[in-house]
Amino acid sequence: MNVLLASLPFYPFLSFLLLIVFGKKLSWRLAATISVSSMAISALVSAILLFELSATKNQVMTVNLWHWFELSNAMGSSDVNVRFYLDGLSAVMISVVTGVGFLIHLFAAIYMKSDANFSRFMAYMNLFIVAMLILVLADNLALLYLGWEGVGLCSFLLIGFWYQEPSNVLAARKAFIVTRIGDTSMAIGLLLLFNSFGQLNIEAVTVLAEQANSLSARTNAESADNIYWIALLLLGGAVGKSAQLPLQTWLPDAMAGPTPVSALIHAATMVTAGVYLIARMHGIFLLAPEVMNYVAWLGALTLLLAGIAALAQTDIKRVLAYSTMSQIGYMMLALGAGAWSAGVFHLMTHAFFKALLFLTAGAVIYALHHQQNLFKMGGLLKKLPFESSLFIIGLICLMALPGTSGFFSKEAIIAQLWSSDTAGPMLWWCAILGALLTSIYSCRLFFLGFLGKARFNENVQLEKSSLLRTSLIILALLSLFGGLIPLDLTLVFSSVMNLPLAQLTEPTWLHTVAIITPFIGMVFSWFYFKSYRIYHLASKEHILQPNNGRFVVFCRQGLGFDGLYKKLFIMPYQWLAQINKNDIFDQIMMLNSWYVGLWHDALVLVQNGSLRWYLAAFGLAIMLLLGVSLL
Amino acid sequence: MTSIPLFHLLILSSLLFAIGFIGVVARKNTLFMLMSLEVMLNAVGVAFIGAGSVWQQADGQVMFILILTLAAAEVAVGLALLIRMQKKYRSLDIDVLNQMKG
Repeated sequence: MNVLLASLPFYPFLSFLLLIVFGKKLSWRLAATISVSSMAISALVSAILLFELSATKNQVMTVNLWHWFELSNAMGSSDVNVRFYLDGLSAVMISVVTGVGFLIHLFAAIYMKSDANFSRFMAYMNLFIVAMLILVLADNLALLYLGWEGVGLCSFLLIGFWYQEPSNVLAARKAFIVTRIGDTSMAIGLLLLFNSFGQLNIEAVTVLAEQANSLSARTNAESADNIYWIALLLLGGAVGKSAQLPLQTWLPDAMAGPTPVSALIHAATMVTAGVYLIARMHGIFLLAPEVMNYVAWLGALTLLLAGIAALAQTDIKRVLAYSTMSQIGYMMLALGAGAWSAGVFHLMTHAFFKALLFLTAGAVIYALHHQQNLFKMGGLLKKLPFESSLFIIGLICLMALPGTSGFFSKEAIIAQLWSSDTAGPMLWWCAILGALLTSIYSCRLFFLGFLGKARFNENVQLEKSSLLRTSLIILALLSLFGGLIPLDLTLVFSSVMNLPLAQLTEPTWLHTVAIITPFIGMVFSWFYFKSYRIYHLASKEHILQPNNGRFVVFCRQGLGFDGLYKKLFIMPYQWLAQINKNDIFDQIMMLNSWYVGLWHDALVLVQNGSLRWYLAAFGLAIMLLLGVSLL
Repeated sequence: MTSIPLFHLLILSSLLFAIGFIGVVARKNTLFMLMSLEVMLNAVGVAFIGAGSVWQQADGQVMFILILTLAAAEVAVGLALLIRMQKKYRSLDIDVLNQMKG
């Protein structure tokens, strides 16, 4: 039994328990030490595990903690254990979760220092790490679902952390409900999966699926249909969690939470859980090429949509939120195209640079006294040189300029799109267009926020904590050089390797186009956003204002999806509720009470208190009785 | 001495009883209701006396004396209540006393 692997989620769990039990009794120093050191231990343990894993023969480590419950159906019964399974894929995830998580905890401990509920905040963050580790280490889908719901819960708690503000609570509720739609779909998918395979163990299901594939059991129409539906329903879960196209509306609103939350949950880790799920269940998805195609298209559409929406945002965190959505779109596109390793690789590098971007944005927002509006920033390059340079690093990774980690991962994705069976040239062009949009909105963000003259009056409030800076610098280094981390997932995705080679031949200009696209975007923005770039306060008559044209506002609100859903789902529901205000079904039950009430009224008439009536009734009754007895 | 048949006696008694009963039910004035009650008691008395004379037994007359005593006591209590009622409600209408309705 591998104690290290078994104990990995329990360090943050212990810290969570301590913080939630003692709560405000803990001083800031103690609470921060407990939570951050638990994360440090987790990160250390993950590093050791990575070494141990690379030493093992087949690069798989498992540890069985305890027997959870037993599931049975017509095909027999199978145990569901609390059992951790570590292979290349989950190793990437745990290192991202604990490594990036540790750095963000470090940042959060200082960023949230003055908050009255500091220990509650750190407790939720720790609980999130626990749930996320359970999610990625789970060896069966039931345990994975536990972690899946756990991260959803923590996301809800943390978005609504400043619950005194009604809009935050609304955002939290929205995130919870929208992801819950996906979760429901996933739960149905799991039930269907168990029904057709009689197993929830991921390894066993993958093996069974591969057998089914090799035996060309696809002649069995029913089973093929089942697999199609399982894959589609699992995709539904992934789409909800990863904020992809039909269920993407919750992510921008989730930025209501504190910035470290946005960095940890809504950029680096939780939102990539959907990507992890699909990568983990690739055995199933490979059997349903149609669904793979949907995955690719959903990813492509999301990345374009989010890119367009990001172009119109005025809030720095919302720009980053949409860019997260669009980058996850890339991952989905990669998964759909069968570029599994590239997708997971992008997940990792994205976690680095998006965490960096969010944390630097957090530092900037803090320095500007919680000003998030880009149009009220400007000139930060001179005022906050340290944060600005880190932000630039994050942005060039996001734009995938050559040499950065984003370049390696994004190019790896784009390179595999053209010749993929389930993707193709069309999606390749989508990805290129997305890269162009990425570089344009990144430049717009940078010009607005960091160039020109300052458009705010307050002095910047500098946070010169060395811990905070250290965490940012480490993230920046990871973002720059994370692409050099050798990521060998061939053993995990071994089944993919025997796919037939593509028939399409790739034109030679493909890679050149992919590499120069970000530069085209940069040159374009250099001229197009000239007013943002060289704005200065001297020209009073020309105050920099966001374009409020109808189309821009439409884009700013996420291309009208919120309004559409409001019309499509919320308003009919409210209409029904309005109709059923008096609870029609309750009225049926109320008939009984009405009947009793009727008798009550009738009998009250009899008890009128008038003596003469009583007497008359008395006499009448005597006469009746006498009459009856005599006759 | 010609004896009156029992049947006639009972008819007289019943008629008197019915008149009294109707008086109690129909009258609103409590004083008249008390008087009607006396009529009813006397109707019963007539029945007892008549029966006693038909069967040549003294029991009927004993019973009537009992009824007379009872009537006297009842009227005493009734009139006392009547005076209280007049003082409290300034009325002898029995329908004023309907506070025990459901």
